[in-house]
Amino acid sequence: MDQRLITALIVVIGVPGVLLGYIALTERLLTFTPDRLRTRLRPWVWLAPAIGFLGVFLVYPTIYTIYLSFLDKFSKKFVGFDNYVYFLTTNDTVTALRNNVIWLFLLTFFAVAGGLIIAILVDRVRYESVAKSIIFVPLAISFVGAGVIWNFMFAYRTPGQPQTGTLNGILGAAGVDPIPWLINAPGNTIALIVVAAWIWTGFCMVILSGALKSISPELLEAARVDGANELQVFRGITLPLLLPTIAVVATTMVITSLKAFDIVYVMTNGAYDTEVIANRMIKELFTYGQPGRASATAVLLLLLIIPVMAINIRRFRAQEAIR
Amino acid sequence: MEDSFARRRRLVAGLVASVLIVGACSSSGTTTASPEASAAPSVEASTGTESAAPSTGGQIGGVVTVIGTWGGSEQDSFLAMVAPFEAATGIDVQYTGTRDINTVLSTGVASGILPDVAGLPGPGQMNEWAKAGALKPLDDILDVATYTADTAPALVKLGTVDGKISGVFIKAAVKGLIWYNPANYTAGAPATWDALEATAAAPAKNLWCVGLESGAASGWPGTDWIEDFVLRQSGPDVYDAWVAGTQKWTSPEIKSAFEAFGKVIDQSYGGSNAVLTTNFGDGGNQLFTDPPGCLFHHQASFITDFFKKQGGAKDGQFDFFRMPDINTSFAGATTGAGDLFGMFNDTPQARALMAYLVTADAQKIWVERGGALSANTKVTAYPDDVSKRSAEILANAGVFRFDASDLMPTAMNDAFWKSILDYVKDPTKLDSILSNLDSVQTSAYGG
Repeated sequence: MDQRLITALIVVIGVPGVLLGYIALTERLLTFTPDRLRTRLRPWVWLAPAIGFLGVFLVYPTIYTIYLSFLDKFSKKFVGFDNYVYFLTTNDTVTALRNNVIWLFLLTFFAVAGGLIIAILVDRVRYESVAKSIIFVPLAISFVGAGVIWNFMFAYRTPGQPQTGTLNGILGAAGVDPIPWLINAPGNTIALIVVAAWIWTGFCMVILSGALKSISPELLEAARVDGANELQVFRGITLPLLLPTIAVVATTMVITSLKAFDIVYVMTNGAYDTEVIANRMIKELFTYGQPGRASATAVLLLLLIIPVMAINIRRFRAQEAIR
Repeated sequence: MEDSFARRRRLVAGLVASVLIVGACSSSGTTTASPEASAAPSVEASTGTESAAPSTGGQIGGVVTVIGTWGGSEQDSFLAMVAPFEAATGIDVQYTGTRDINTVLSTGVASGILPDVAGLPGPGQMNEWAKAGALKPLDDILDVATYTADTAPALVKLGTVDGKISGVFIKAAVKGLIWYNPANYTAGAPATWDALEATAAAPAKNLWCVGLESGAASGWPGTDWIEDFVLRQSGPDVYDAWVAGTQKWTSPEIKSAFEAFGKVIDQSYGGSNAVLTTNFGDGGNQLFTDPPGCLFHHQASFITDFFKKQGGAKDGQFDFFRMPDINTSFAGATTGAGDLFGMFNDTPQARALMAYLVTADAQKIWVERGGALSANTKVTAYPDDVSKRSAEILANAGVFRFDASDLMPTAMNDAFWKSILDYVKDPTKLDSILSNLDSVQTSAYGG
């Protein structure tokens, strides 16, 4: 058998095995401790592997990244905030920052609004599951694959030549000149966001549709009996009850748009003013050999995401309190 | 720099150790199949065969891993090139082609997980990696006297870092060739650039065809244009200073090269939108359409392969002349490029492969298959007139300069590519594009 298959097998069987073995072993060790201590020790023993993994793979790299962000390109000399100043004063990185803001608003809007509208519309039709499946399928496609697919959608040929791109083919059939979608700023950033929205709308739709199903029919029935029309039912009952779910989905989309990378990398690699922070970070690290600047970029990205996470956690706690 | 590499390598070693510990916990005895080990099979292979194998000739066996940028027909040519080597030594050459070689290798240099032998992105990175100790010097491996005697001196010099040979060229290309279809243009090589520009485009719609799209490397065909203009307008001294980072991009010499390129774009097929969206491989296709879209296409000698495969052209439908001189005091100046190979892991198999690749016998194979010039001057078996004449240009160049963008630091090179796209997109922004390049220059060459 191929060595790689053996490795895969070891991982699939071995990892759960190790975890079970760990629990069995520690339980056995715990029997030697006094009763009162045991109940207090047990949660920590169970948490230890998770804390260990988080420490090694999350906390340590984060601290090390922050440390690197204050060092020069050889990771030797302390340079203070130079790397941050560079990020905030360089033309290309400021463009990346601006584009991430555009991504944040438009992707969140397209995906959440699109998902919500589709979820509500298909709720009433018999072929609901078919419609939902079609919208959901793009989520199963890798971002790189989506980028390649949409490169064909957006392809441009000189006017007069046969248009190989789907969109320009349609325009050509209507007698309109082809448009170089991926070249003209700022439309090209929106074109890239459309690709991301194509993927994520299905995700938002499934979650919102689930929340919609959990709204008790009696509530809606009562409102209708009281003479509310459909719009009033939506605004007065459906929307407020969906709001917590919308907030969760929107937060996910905000974080997704801040982390946007694959689609940009595959389709334009940041040319024509489509740069985003994550792609810039990769370039600083691997292309330019500037670990300090790349780390500073990563830290800034982290700082941007923290408030979103904080708001999300606060909402979550408030919701738990109501329950 | 070495410190940070060492630190990272230690970190990776730590991770490998933890993987092995997990593996050891899960089952006894089969832990050798950790992902790290399978990513670098050569380590096992070399330790297994070292004692049995002499480093020259005979059956050595084992494996050598190779990463390069070639795919498609170029990959076939490389594999054909190493086939006799595999047969003679019993070494299995495991080749992987990637368009993203720079990322793959810089990640590898940082982590220590590297192929045995690799095609290097350019002399700039070769310098960085040789100085970092990742690339092994080749002086003990090659027959240095034969190598230096048989290889164009400019190429030997480019592969040498701090007096040690760190990279060897296994093929070369002449840049700055102007291609045309003899059915549409019969006047022969113009004496000067001005005469060329004054040529009437008819029967084509436009004078030039330009294609700049090349995935993540989009823009590079434009850098070749700029390099040819700099060398022909301002000469090798300015060119060298520009490569070394001491010539400002905003200087009149570089600016006038951009402006000359801008004039080319003005007269090119489909305008800036077509130039930006056309793949470099399809760039010359319009030479062969009826009616033709353009009269001329500027590209290195490798493009003939694309003419035939993408453009549907047949032998005899394309011909070339050297891009004419602009300033007569620099007559005969030519730019070129080549594919560098370096060795990252010092194994007997890698040594044998490197020694083989520089020989005339090896390089002859690719040359005969077409699309390449040999770096080895002993190779003369060019299959057609076009490649024979390009090889002559390479051998007889009055002033030969290597592709400038490949020699610049990666950050500079990357910004150069992108500046080409920005300039073609909006030529009125030239001054801000050039001053942006100046600031990249300051940080890319510093330290």
